[in-house]
Amino acid sequence: MELFDFFRWDIIWNYRELYLKGIWATIVLTLSGYLGGVFFGLFLGLGQVSKKKWIYWPCKIYVDVFRGTPMLVQLLLIHLAVIPTIFGQSMGWWVSGIVGLILNSAAYNAEIFRAGIQSIDKGQMEAARSLGLTHTQAMRKVILPQAFRRMIPPLGNEFIALLKDSSLVTVIAGAEILYVSKVVAGTYQRFWEPYLFAAFLYLVLTYLVTKLIAVVEKRVSIDYNPRKKKGRAET
Amino acid sequence: MIKVENLHKHFGKLEVLKGIDYEINEKEVVCVIGPSGSGKSTFLRCLNLLEEVTDGAIYIEGVKINDPKTNINDIRTEVGMVFQQFNLFPHMTVLDNIMMAPMQVRKLKKADAEKLALDLLDKVGLRAKADNFPQQLSGGQQQRVAIARALAMKPKIMLFDEPTSALDPEMVNEVLDVMKDLAKEGMTMVVVTHEMGFAREVGDRVLFMDGGYIVEEGHPDDVFGNPQNERTKAFLGKVLK
Repeated sequence: MELFDFFRWDIIWNYRELYLKGIWATIVLTLSGYLGGVFFGLFLGLGQVSKKKWIYWPCKIYVDVFRGTPMLVQLLLIHLAVIPTIFGQSMGWWVSGIVGLILNSAAYNAEIFRAGIQSIDKGQMEAARSLGLTHTQAMRKVILPQAFRRMIPPLGNEFIALLKDSSLVTVIAGAEILYVSKVVAGTYQRFWEPYLFAAFLYLVLTYLVTKLIAVVEKRVSIDYNPRKKKGRAET
Repeated sequence: MIKVENLHKHFGKLEVLKGIDYEINEKEVVCVIGPSGSGKSTFLRCLNLLEEVTDGAIYIEGVKINDPKTNINDIRTEVGMVFQQFNLFPHMTVLDNIMMAPMQVRKLKKADAEKLALDLLDKVGLRAKADNFPQQLSGGQQQRVAIARALAMKPKIMLFDEPTSALDPEMVNEVLDVMKDLAKEGMTMVVVTHEMGFAREVGDRVLFMDGGYIVEEGHPDDVFGNPQNERTKAFLGKVLK
């Protein structure tokens, strides 16, 4: 085959160790960005449904700013301006990259949490409050468990989006998949092999994540089905 | 037991309650009737502050509930509420629906809460459904569970907001029967309803509301048998055949 003669596998093979490091970096960046983003996103989302103005507005502004500006710009600002100003020096691309991904993903996750909470019928909150539960208890026991089920598909989408957006960390010299490909491309002055391979790696990773999300969705939906409790005498 | 003084409620510019004065005694069953938009549901929802009161005062057992210093959660544990749309928690079994508030709020142990819940399910005739999820039950059954859930907090007052309006006709009676039993046991009840038969049979007093006012009130025999106000007459003329 002409195409495969043209395609030089040896380029990829020679750089296999660097690619492995790049894959590892992509996974670590994505996972830590996502987990941090979900954690802070939950609080931002709760803040956005708060009736207290001094909680609502800061959360709302945060989300609007981070969703309304490109992550590329955010990463450059954090890496080159914010962190050096606060710490007096760069903390390296790992720190800047993870911080950037967390801050950005938190804004998107906040919107998912907000929408999920607001999609629950307000009768649920009223029923819980009328039983004497506090707002916090009602959220924890009644609203959030229902909202989480609805949030799983969009939270999964956000995970995939972040996985792909982690490639932006390249601009601050973060040695993830795309960065490695750029190095390879620069060394050999060949572009098909490294970039096509990068695309292939992202495709495999997103495919795996999609499968993972499907499993989670299935497990959570079981809860709505009847189950018999054991250990209670039938009378 | 409940005392309402000059109660006003605005939704923005719309004034829904225009000065309600009323007193409800212990063990009384008061049925609130009236055309839709008359403010009767809003009035009921004010009694446990699901609606913020614009002006006036509501006292429950002498405590002003719309005082900022009053802990509304404490008041609500004494005032059960049943909704038109049941509002059962769909992610919990019937049993968990009933056990949740006693465990969270009253800090009951699980075993005690479970016993309480099963007793209440006996009372509403649904013990067999304890492990089902709400959406597997008929509307009438769901509403009976909702009543059991409210009773689990051992409230002194029960509020019913059109409890049978969302039900198929053949299921109305099973819910009304549970409510009749409650009335017989001496529960203080405020019931917003379109079931005139129930109001007449079970109500100690009937309250006719229209346009944000209490237009007429009295013993059901008087209000239904010999209405004084023109609007009461017109309304009853339409709903009673």
